[in-house]
Amino acid sequence: MGSLWGRLDDVTGDAGYVDHEPRMGFFTDTSVCIGCKACEVACKEWNQVPDDGFELTGMSYDNTQALGASTWRHVAFVEKPFETVAAQPPQEPPHPTTTDLGLPGMGPPGWDTHESGLPSGEDQATASGDGGIRWLMSSDVCKHCTHAACLDVCPTGSLFRTEFGTVVVQPDICNGCGYCVPACPYGVIDLREDDGRAFKCTLCYDRLKDGQTPACAQACPTESIQFGEVGELRERARLRVAELHDKGVDVARLYGADPDDGVGGDGAFFLLLDEPEVYGLPPDPVVTTRDLGSMWKHVGAAASALAAVGVASFLGRRR
Amino acid sequence: MVPEPEFESYYGRQIIKTPTWKTPDVPLYLFLGGMAGASAVLAEGAALTGNVVLERVTRLVAASGAGVGTVFLVHDLGRPERFLHMLRVIKPTSPLSVGSFILAPFSALSSAAAASCLTGRLPRLGRLAGLGAAAFGPPLATYTGALLANTAVPAWHEAHRELPFLFAGSGASAAGGMALLLTPVQHSGPARRMAIAGAAIELTASELLKRRLGMVAEPYERGRPGRLMRLASRMTLGATVVSTLSGRSRAVSAICGATLVASSVVTRFGVFEAGLASARDPKYTVVPQRERMAARART
Repeated sequence: MGSLWGRLDDVTGDAGYVDHEPRMGFFTDTSVCIGCKACEVACKEWNQVPDDGFELTGMSYDNTQALGASTWRHVAFVEKPFETVAAQPPQEPPHPTTTDLGLPGMGPPGWDTHESGLPSGEDQATASGDGGIRWLMSSDVCKHCTHAACLDVCPTGSLFRTEFGTVVVQPDICNGCGYCVPACPYGVIDLREDDGRAFKCTLCYDRLKDGQTPACAQACPTESIQFGEVGELRERARLRVAELHDKGVDVARLYGADPDDGVGGDGAFFLLLDEPEVYGLPPDPVVTTRDLGSMWKHVGAAASALAAVGVASFLGRRR
Repeated sequence: MVPEPEFESYYGRQIIKTPTWKTPDVPLYLFLGGMAGASAVLAEGAALTGNVVLERVTRLVAASGAGVGTVFLVHDLGRPERFLHMLRVIKPTSPLSVGSFILAPFSALSSAAAASCLTGRLPRLGRLAGLGAAAFGPPLATYTGALLANTAVPAWHEAHRELPFLFAGSGASAAGGMALLLTPVQHSGPARRMAIAGAAIELTASELLKRRLGMVAEPYERGRPGRLMRLASRMTLGATVVSTLSGRSRAVSAICGATLVASSVVTRFGVFEAGLASARDPKYTVVPQRERMAARART
């Protein structure tokens, strides 16, 4: 049995692989995500994932809504109002938290953001009148946790750790017990209603076996989704954050890249431009099995108490 | 009144998934497993003390509780025909796997004991089976606490210390209650004592849970699960008091027993639905995690 909690540098070895591939994963740099949803489409196409409903949410451009059994990539669209331009002291930058990321702008060619009254390089923002909306887009995916709760709680052994260190469901084993669904601290995996079994991102296990890039990363036009060895991706992510901080984007932060966090670090981690919960991510997820020892201890104590109650019930007067 | 905490979310959407476990399948299984497990303990005590009437009733309750509970559990699966996949591996990290390896032998042993008790055949093997069932009974009644707690659902996970005791108490009061309902008073003394002790454990655990969990326990106190939990507490308390004070009236004893059984059912629905409510509201995921981060930053 592998370790349940804490830092773990060789997750694949811990799972029992002796001679194994390096751990593979995603680094999703949301600062260059343009919300095109090519990842969602490519994932669906390659993995032959059925439709997940054709609902219009009315809340934003996000009609996909959330990750689920039939949604393995989900592009979140955050429309967050920012302070009015007039409310800012004129000498201060109106929105000091964003900067030119080198992406195409919102206006027609030659359109100058300075003259429009918008802050310079405010590419993820748009404004009308006295207020504005800040756009945040992020392609969410299964985190392929170092300590994966879904895998830990799966009673059939359907969920397993691959030789690439990823976490995959075996559909021929899954009996749809649904334990993985509430176990996931990110709300990724779910049961497909008409099928009965649990499904989630496989990190394109089949493509990895052929040395190919997962479909979403291959389709991403801005390299917001980067695929590679987790160790190398973490290094790349650190450099990218430093670069953004140098440019004044102080809000840039990594999410899931820390091997000392509550899930031992994610195989798929993110660069975010706001707090995780703004994107629908838990701010400090902890794998539920961290408390497994305490749980079984309390079950043992409670079972002993019940046995003692049983014995005590037959002591004393008979009638 | 504590002010509602402020927190950010993605359009107010929930972060973790709502458990897909079905109602009433899973809460009823929780109830039946608890009652069956505690009944097997009562049955063995009755057998040891020569209380034949109580033994027969409790063996039957243990066997039928496990049997019907298993049906609910299998029906809850997305692929019921694959229920045997539960036994292809054994994983201590999965309370559902461990539970399957408790439920399977318990069902077999309690059924064998009940069959032997009712038919009078193979009495020695029957007793041996009954002993085995009594050994698996307390784990069967309490592992479900870990089953719910080993999830990311805040109201369940944070209650991992109290839930096993809550379920042990609820199971004991249901087993005692069912025996009170089905056994004449001159034979039901041990059942009554178990019911009262179980009720005391259940009420204490439930109170401790609410105090220790703070805002995470809100789902146990608000809305429909809150109403269910309050109803269950009142039923348990009422039936326990009446049962303690009442004399040897068969009718009063039976009514108290039925009330305790019903209260155990309501408790399981309350706990189950509190978990669903706590999964649906991002507040219970975000706010405690933010507090945890803030506490870490202070040290």
